[in-house]
Amino acid sequence: MNAQVPATTPMALDVKDLHKSFGNVEVLKGISLRAREGEVVSILGSSGSGKSTLLRCINLLEVPDSGDVTVGDETIRMQRTRDGKSRPADQAQVERIRSQLGMVFQSFNLWSHKTILENVIEAPIHVQKRPRKECVEEAEALLAKVGIAEKRDHYPSHLSGGQQQRAAIARALAMRPKVMLFDEPTSALDPELVGEVLRVMRGLAEEGRTMLVVTHEMGFARDVSSRVVFLHKGLVEEDGRPEHVFVNSKSERFKQFIKG
Amino acid sequence: MDWTFTLETFISLVAAIPLTLQLAATSILLGAFLALGLALLRLSGVRVLDWFARFYVFVFRGTPLLVQIFLIYYGLSQFPAVRHTMLWPILREPYWCAVIALTLNTAAYASEIIRGGLVSVPHGQIEAARACGMPRFMVFRRIVLPLAIRQALPGYGNEMISMVKATSLASIITLMEVTGVAAKIISETYRAIEVFIVAGVIYLTINFLLTRLVHVVEYMLSPHLRAPRLRTPVQGESK
Amino acid sequence: MNQPGFLDVISFGPGGWGAALLAGAWMTVLIAISGFLIGSIIGTFGAWAKISGGRTIRAIADGYTTVLRGIPDLLVIYLFYFGGSAAVTAIGRFFGSEGFIGFPGFLAGALAVGITSGAQQTEVFRGAFKAVHKGEIEAAIACGMSRALRFRRIIAPLTLRHALPGMGNVWQVVLKESALVSITGVAELLRQAQVGAGSTGMPFNFYVVAGAIYLTISTFSGALLQWSERYFSRGVRRN
Ligand SMILES: Nc1ncnc2c1ncn2[C@@H]1O[C@H](COP(=O)(O)OP(=O)(O)OP(=O)(O)O)[C@@H](O)[C@H]1O
Ligand SMILES: [Mg+2]
Repeated sequence: MNAQVPATTPMALDVKDLHKSFGNVEVLKGISLRAREGEVVSILGSSGSGKSTLLRCINLLEVPDSGDVTVGDETIRMQRTRDGKSRPADQAQVERIRSQLGMVFQSFNLWSHKTILENVIEAPIHVQKRPRKECVEEAEALLAKVGIAEKRDHYPSHLSGGQQQRAAIARALAMRPKVMLFDEPTSALDPELVGEVLRVMRGLAEEGRTMLVVTHEMGFARDVSSRVVFLHKGLVEEDGRPEHVFVNSKSERFKQFIKG
Repeated sequence: MDWTFTLETFISLVAAIPLTLQLAATSILLGAFLALGLALLRLSGVRVLDWFARFYVFVFRGTPLLVQIFLIYYGLSQFPAVRHTMLWPILREPYWCAVIALTLNTAAYASEIIRGGLVSVPHGQIEAARACGMPRFMVFRRIVLPLAIRQALPGYGNEMISMVKATSLASIITLMEVTGVAAKIISETYRAIEVFIVAGVIYLTINFLLTRLVHVVEYMLSPHLRAPRLRTPVQGESK
Repeated sequence: MNQPGFLDVISFGPGGWGAALLAGAWMTVLIAISGFLIGSIIGTFGAWAKISGGRTIRAIADGYTTVLRGIPDLLVIYLFYFGGSAAVTAIGRFFGSEGFIGFPGFLAGALAVGITSGAQQTEVFRGAFKAVHKGEIEAAIACGMSRALRFRRIIAPLTLRHALPGMGNVWQVVLKESALVSITGVAELLRQAQVGAGSTGMPFNFYVVAGAIYLTISTFSGALLQWSERYFSRGVRRN
């Protein structure tokens, strides 16, 4: 069941005309992208097309050269330094907005010196300053939801890749984010572990979470997402409902891409 | 800074460099043989020999070098028996006591470095040599040792620098090597900073040259790790 | 002649040196701990300078580690002991005091050991920071952690865990280096042994016992360090 939302639903994430270069290689050449609350947007594209860079620019892990990122109704304020570089005007704002964006990395990136539970409660307690007891209860519920409740006191290195990624999803959810960002969450997993992570993500989509998912899993993109965005060489080449684009896209490149 | 004083100090300290170098070179050289022996004991597979070498390394790495120097220089003379042996003319001399202590000490550290080099030699290459019909000793001399030396060289370079620094302790048993002369000038003039700088520059120079030397040897010993160089230009392939 | 036996001189009874040696051992531990702490503080700043300092700060840090790796520790102790005394005397004269004022040997020793070990700690911490998995830091950024929070909750604990083995090595070096402080007259272990050796005429006994005490301290502290390493590295990924 694809998550479709009415056109009157408010925007959760609005990205306008994002540009980003590394040195003199322009990786993002003006990307605009919107997600309404409850929408699941799958971002497809061949390797090097700028998918990761796009996600990392949204939560300012990379600083975009120009363009606007709006989360909810708050736009990240940017300013220019004297040498013409772009940088966030208000670091506190950036940190606040980051805590509203739950990021899930390809390589999990769990904190290896903390147990699974400690990983999940870290940011809610120390960034959002919520009471510890509440955070622990919520964390336990989240770990149960992703199916690793019994691993709460284990260290990440003692878990399988699939379990680690599910823990990382729980960690991101624990901040009660407005939008979840996934960067190829299943690409580092052995094939037999991909399913358990996708199942969790499907569950989140059905709950009505707003999600931006960079993925190579065509099945997920086709069946779960409300919209599919295809990036090519730093531009949006295709953007539409999966049932449309997968059937009659006008883009030759996209057809080529989904053929394999 | 008082340049006349600095220059005078420099001249006095330079005159002491030969003794520093002699102490370092002698003990590094003697220590290398002892270290190789210890490393072989460790790898001999004979329990007693292995434990002996382990104990040796444990003792010499676990105690300060200065204690070892004192033990040899002052401690041994406590026994009349020692004073009546043929070794006495040697054990009476602070120079030889320093050399003995430095040698025994560096051997402990170096044996671990050499052992590391020896165990790093890929088993397949040893088997290949055996398969060629090389006798055991020849395998060791022609295959294992060269590879091990190449592997151990960077670590050994650091150990040699430690030894150059360690020779300074000989000054405490009256030898006038660089630090000994420096200490004498300092205690006479109380101008610690100038003397420290001059002596420091001398040690840094020695150790810098030593590092370069090790690099050069490393380079010479590792043609197999360098990009291949064409002996004859290949015709028609020039770009 | 009725020489006292080997154990008599080090006994705790009347005429025995047991208590003096034990006090010396305690002083040795104090010097080593002080030097180690000073070195750790310097090392923290040194590593920070090398990792995220500007060009000048980085050059200073590089200069510091290079110099201290190349010159003998004994020379640094002389610098602090005599240089410190000269400085204190000059200050004393300024305030109208006459004559020579000695710089406390303990302070000179702890500072000298701290400065030399600081160079090693700098490299240990820098290497440890580099070993921290970059993704873990990114995850902290992505959670909205501020720079300070990130450092306190994620970077510092992870770096420390990677640094523990190296810090253990530095501790062992510092412990042995503390013996050099005996030249300033501080009543640490080796100095006490020297005094005992001089007044009983049994240097061998005293230096053997001193050596044994050093071995004991280093073995016990080594075991303690290893235990804490294992305890703190639960879960930490090493690659
Ligand atoms: N920090 C960086 N410095 C320089 N170049 C970078 C950096 N990060 C990404 N790039 C370059 O930007 C381009 C886009 O990279 P990006 O990681 O966004 O691609 P991607 O679409 O995520 O690819 P993949 O499917 O392989 O993950 C690539 O050519 C990459 O080499
Ligand atoms: Mg990517």
